[in-house]
Amino acid sequence: MLLSPTYLRTFGVVADRMATLGWILLIVSSVVVLVVSVLVLVGVLRRGTGSFAPVERGGPGLRWIVIGGIVVPVVILVAVFVLTVTTQAAIASPATPPGLTVRVIGHQWWWEVRYLDPSPDRIATTANEIHIPVGRPVRFEVVAGDVIHSFWIPELAGKTDLIPGQRNVMWLEADHPGVFRGQCAEYCGMQHSKMAMSVVADPPAAFDAWLARQRLPAASPSDPDMVAGEAVFTSSACALCHTIRGTPARGRVGPDLTHLASRRTIAAGTLPNTRGYLAGWIANPQALKPGNVMPAVPLKPTELQVLITYLQSLN
Amino acid sequence: MATIAPAVPSPSLHERLQRIWETPPGLFGILGTVDHKTIGKRYLVTAFTFMLAGGLEAALMRAQLAGPNERLLTPEAYNQLFSMHGITMIFLYASPILSGFSNYIWPLMLGSRDMAFPRLNALSYWLFLFSGLFIYSSFLVGQAPDRGWFAYAPLTEGPFSPGLHMDFYALGLLFLTVSTTVGAINFIVTLFKLRAPGMSINRLPIFIWGTLTTSFAVLFAMPSLTAACVMLYFDRRFGMHFFDVAAGGHPLLWQHLFWIFGHPWVYIVVLPAMGIMSDMIPTFCRRPLAGYTFVALATVSTGILGFGVWVHHMFATGLPDLSTDFFSAASMVITIPSAVAVFAWLATIWHGRPVLRTPFLFAAGFIVLFVIGGVSGVATAAVPFDRQLTDTYFVVAHLHYVLVGINLFPVIAGFYYWLPKMTGRMLSERLGRWNFWTMFLGFNLGFFPMHIAGLLGMPRRIYTYPAGLGWGTVNLVTTIGSYVFAVGVLLFLVNVLWSLLRGPAAGPNPWDAPTLEWATSSPPPPYNFEVLPSVGSRHPLWEGRLPDEGTARSVLDRGPELDDGRETLGVTPLDAEPSEILTMPEDSLYPFLLALSLLVTFYGLLTSVWAMAVAGAVLVIAMTIGWLWPGDVPEEA
Repeated sequence: MLLSPTYLRTFGVVADRMATLGWILLIVSSVVVLVVSVLVLVGVLRRGTGSFAPVERGGPGLRWIVIGGIVVPVVILVAVFVLTVTTQAAIASPATPPGLTVRVIGHQWWWEVRYLDPSPDRIATTANEIHIPVGRPVRFEVVAGDVIHSFWIPELAGKTDLIPGQRNVMWLEADHPGVFRGQCAEYCGMQHSKMAMSVVADPPAAFDAWLARQRLPAASPSDPDMVAGEAVFTSSACALCHTIRGTPARGRVGPDLTHLASRRTIAAGTLPNTRGYLAGWIANPQALKPGNVMPAVPLKPTELQVLITYLQSLN
Repeated sequence: MATIAPAVPSPSLHERLQRIWETPPGLFGILGTVDHKTIGKRYLVTAFTFMLAGGLEAALMRAQLAGPNERLLTPEAYNQLFSMHGITMIFLYASPILSGFSNYIWPLMLGSRDMAFPRLNALSYWLFLFSGLFIYSSFLVGQAPDRGWFAYAPLTEGPFSPGLHMDFYALGLLFLTVSTTVGAINFIVTLFKLRAPGMSINRLPIFIWGTLTTSFAVLFAMPSLTAACVMLYFDRRFGMHFFDVAAGGHPLLWQHLFWIFGHPWVYIVVLPAMGIMSDMIPTFCRRPLAGYTFVALATVSTGILGFGVWVHHMFATGLPDLSTDFFSAASMVITIPSAVAVFAWLATIWHGRPVLRTPFLFAAGFIVLFVIGGVSGVATAAVPFDRQLTDTYFVVAHLHYVLVGINLFPVIAGFYYWLPKMTGRMLSERLGRWNFWTMFLGFNLGFFPMHIAGLLGMPRRIYTYPAGLGWGTVNLVTTIGSYVFAVGVLLFLVNVLWSLLRGPAAGPNPWDAPTLEWATSSPPPPYNFEVLPSVGSRHPLWEGRLPDEGTARSVLDRGPELDDGRETLGVTPLDAEPSEILTMPEDSLYPFLLALSLLVTFYGLLTSVWAMAVAGAVLVIAMTIGWLWPGDVPEEA
């Protein structure tokens, strides 16, 4: 995987077609710019400079306008438009209907992710990290929880806005395993900059195992520190906003933390999910991502330590 | 053949006209003048000052983005800066600066003594100034608009946007639309009534076509913005629900209303600038514009097509493919008139004898930037690729190539070209060349890499970005380039200062240009022309030197004197046959006082001090009555 998520180097059929169109456009554009620039430069330098000469007779130049200004642009634009429409048709829907629907709900400033299932108890909820199976199309329903956001994984597909009051549908498919970064693309307020996520394309078997695990409630802790940590979580303000399935914590304001430890990042792709960052985040979330909804919860150092031990066990 | 030498001086006529038209000194003169040249200069200075403020905002943002994870600005500060940068450049600079040129140049170019409604003209300026100050006063209370110049609901609605930030936005723009609308009406009537006899519409300079098209576009586009801003204010202040899904509104209503206004606005801020280029390039190529009719038609058709492309801002909002395809096609079609204009300029250059003076350097650079902004626009019109490009730095690059390339470069060219007319003094050629190259190279160094940042997946409107995504280098280069560009803009100011202090005298027509504004002295007298000229061709000052120009001749040295008070000649709309003598108004404080009253109203609305809003409204009505009071119109002698 490339470090920079350039959408000219792509890993899925939707983005592939977009990139092909993009390359064609960039090449045609470059040729047009080059030709006109040369015409300007040569045209300007062709005659010597000097004082104003009297106005001389010049050809009306209509041929320039008809050929350069009308015929050539029309040919190019018709070709580009045909490519646009055919590309759009080609990626409108996958070859086989997707077997999996993921609902993405945009919140200021994180992504809620639900793997839909006809039976409600099989719906898996997670946040900011979306796993998909390699080689299978996945359908996405994107909706807004508050303001408009835009769902965008450059290497896999273009943007689809999350708009209050409507449910937009898109699909994508990864043809290589990998971790693909995404970031909210519609300005959504103070921390728009720190509303990232990743899509992890797993081999199908690994994906199935991952999804099965995500559906499960959190395992009951056995280690005494973890038990204490769970108690801190459920008895403090944490539980008012977060859900950990299998515990009394049923808050719906922030991300579902049932399998927090299985994720690569915290705070919507802002920080690596390590013990140190987790502690720093819980101790002072406003310092790391000012303006986000999470308050600093006053905890004793020992409470913080056992809480983190517990959270890190939620895999 | 037309004589460009001044007519035999007739001191008594000169003195009489001077007495009739000059603005009295003192406070009354300052606040009450209706001279289009003074108003034009005020527009230019005010809009340029706002541009410098917007540039300063950009400079701060570029410092923040020079490297990953910088902490120079807080997210609140950054979000206010990028919002104000957009609002400033688009509303307070790009359009008003062109109004400035149009205000100053139109009556001179058309051979008239003033705009059709001089007091409306003054009102339009004061409203612009006050609405700009109103919006900028948000900084004084630390609550500048922070939801972008595009202000997408529901992020702007009360629950997501507490404080006065977006009230300043909604009310400030509402305030400004009054100014813009008033100005547009004035230009339209001026064009159709106040031309030199003989200046039929096939003889209009392209700059006039540009501003005329723009003025019509303003009349049709502005109501949409006005409606949107009223709805936003009502939602925020009175708990209405225009954009609130929970109560039956819809956020996309804002986007449609905003872009139905917003995309025509892009053409509003470029068409007059393209017109400046179309008139200037022939002067420096020593031949008439190739394909005049094509370019005039291209100007008008761009203005019309501009109303059919707004959805290309909304390709990711989940609209059906059929509608996006329609708007994709429309957005590509609108490229054609632009291509026509580009090749008309190229043909003019190739069939002419270019003279490389500073205004022409800017014009040549403009053509290149125009084409880069044009082709990147086509890329964003291709729906599937736009789904990748939209809301990334690619679009930031595109829109800056459009707005800097097609607005600022022509504006600077326009200053080099017409400032000698306004001040009577030339600018430095040597400094001008430095000015051009610093701006041109700085701009490309700064803004071209933004395309690459966009292709690397960098979204717009982010106050910071993490390391390791490969965005650091392009952003550093962008910051450096944009600072070089800023130095270029400062060099321009230095040149203006030098010109004002030591610039050589310009004379009436330093460029040997063909249009009427060069037939009068530099700077022109308050009455513009001692005798009102009549026009026999597209190039009144080049007559006798063009081979295929026909037999009609312009007459510049004799004509109606109209020295019985402030008077100018009215003509028929299309053929410009003289039809009446129009009595023009005296200087008046009412425009200033009316605008001031409206300012009071808007502060009342902002602060919910309803008594103040009502008092302001009553004052507005009182000033309007005073303005229209019959006795105020001077009787004809």
